[in-house]
Amino acid sequence: MTAPVAELSAPAAVSVATRDVHLSFGAHQVLRGVDLDVAAGTATCVIGPSGSGKSTLLRTVNRLLEPDRGDILLDGRSVLGEDADALRQRVGMVFQHFNLFPHKTVLANVTLGLRKLRGMPSEQAREVALHHLGQVGLRDKADVRPGRLSGGQQQRVAIARALAMQPQVMLFDEATSALDPELVKGVLATMADLATSGMTMLVVTHEMGFAREVADRVSFMDAGRIVESGPPVQVFEAPESPRLQRFLSQVL
Amino acid sequence: MDILTTLWQTFFDVDAMRSALPDLLTVGLPNTLLLALSSAVVGTVLGMLLAVAGLSGSRWLRWPARVYTDIFRGLPAAVTILLIGVGLSPLGLQVWGPNPYPLGILALSLIASAYIGEIFRSGIQSVEAGQLEAARALGFSRPAGMRLVVIPQGVRRVLPALVNQLIALIKESSLVYFLGLVASQRDLFRIGQDQAANTGNESALLLAGLFYLVITIPLTHAVNAIDRRLREGRRADAGQAVEDDLPLPITQEAH
Repeated sequence: MTAPVAELSAPAAVSVATRDVHLSFGAHQVLRGVDLDVAAGTATCVIGPSGSGKSTLLRTVNRLLEPDRGDILLDGRSVLGEDADALRQRVGMVFQHFNLFPHKTVLANVTLGLRKLRGMPSEQAREVALHHLGQVGLRDKADVRPGRLSGGQQQRVAIARALAMQPQVMLFDEATSALDPELVKGVLATMADLATSGMTMLVVTHEMGFAREVADRVSFMDAGRIVESGPPVQVFEAPESPRLQRFLSQVL
Repeated sequence: MDILTTLWQTFFDVDAMRSALPDLLTVGLPNTLLLALSSAVVGTVLGMLLAVAGLSGSRWLRWPARVYTDIFRGLPAAVTILLIGVGLSPLGLQVWGPNPYPLGILALSLIASAYIGEIFRSGIQSVEAGQLEAARALGFSRPAGMRLVVIPQGVRRVLPALVNQLIALIKESSLVYFLGLVASQRDLFRIGQDQAANTGNESALLLAGLFYLVITIPLTHAVNAIDRRLREGRRADAGQAVEDDLPLPITQEAH
């Protein structure tokens, strides 16, 4: 019991940066030169209207989508030459619709990567998984299937599933957008805990309260570009660009 | 003798049935099950390969799978069985000796795999794209994500259609009689039909038919049970909530 948990000390958080990232789907230019910097151990929230390219940007960071042009840096080094599968083992991702594997138990969802990708013996994988399920408050749900859980619980399992792989960076793609309002709080609290623990986080969100309170920096994205970035106080209290002012007047 | 009595004796002659029963039980039934189950196994393996090829990113896999499926779904089963069983018999003779079963099973498997491939393909395609995306985000390659996450869910959704295909196979296995069977190779149909032809009385064939129904009707109900379970979710212990993690099955078009 102590041995595997001892290995759970978080890996050193690393910085994330995108440099002039472009991506088009056919004729539609989704990303038009995105430069973003997330310092190691900090949380950046990306806000902006639907269709502005936020989720697409997130997917270029772990190369679920390959940028047409530009570069993605982890810890200052380009990841575009790296094996994409190996990269994704270092970068955790949480999705809007959880995407838990419904045919597997909660425990098996969390241990799958450990066993099949890390080659961890199942007993050890189980210990690691239970540790992370405990971290999100769902240790007692290890043996049920995701369909029995509320949306909020499912999303917390998804967070545990990503954390079990000991990522250096976590990506959140509108992690609370599909949740009933009363379930949002628990997931946001889990995410806030993670940010406090020093995880590098890139968070696409519509939760302005979360961005304001938890993020170290907030970036406003519109039409495939980062329009304005800064500490939350600056972005929310003293927005400079008219587009951000308009956006905030609509959502706040 | 009035017409009703004649009809009754034509179909329900107890003596005729009794004389056919031992052969039906000890020869016909095992042979029918052997033919159907062997081709079900081979057809399922081939069908999975076809489904994966059909969903491949490479046209050099997709196209052959498409053409294969079109051919073996489009030909009458009797034509395929004769073409393979008779056409390849010189080859079969060399490999397996004078037993028509291997080629018969091969022909039935080829036919079944075309349908089963389409069943698997529809099931796999019905799995939400987010499932593969989540697997890939964990660091799995596309093939590993398909194998560990997508295909198991897809197969689960099409279990009812798969059992339907097994029922079709049990019935189609009777067509191997085209290939010429010696006494010990006869299946249910052939034994019933032989006696009916010899005696001019259909009772033995009717009994053979009953044997098919005894196998296929429970399977049909098994399909319904699986279907219901997939729809309503597995019942957990009494008093617990219904598990609703099981995806809805896809209803496969009849063929």
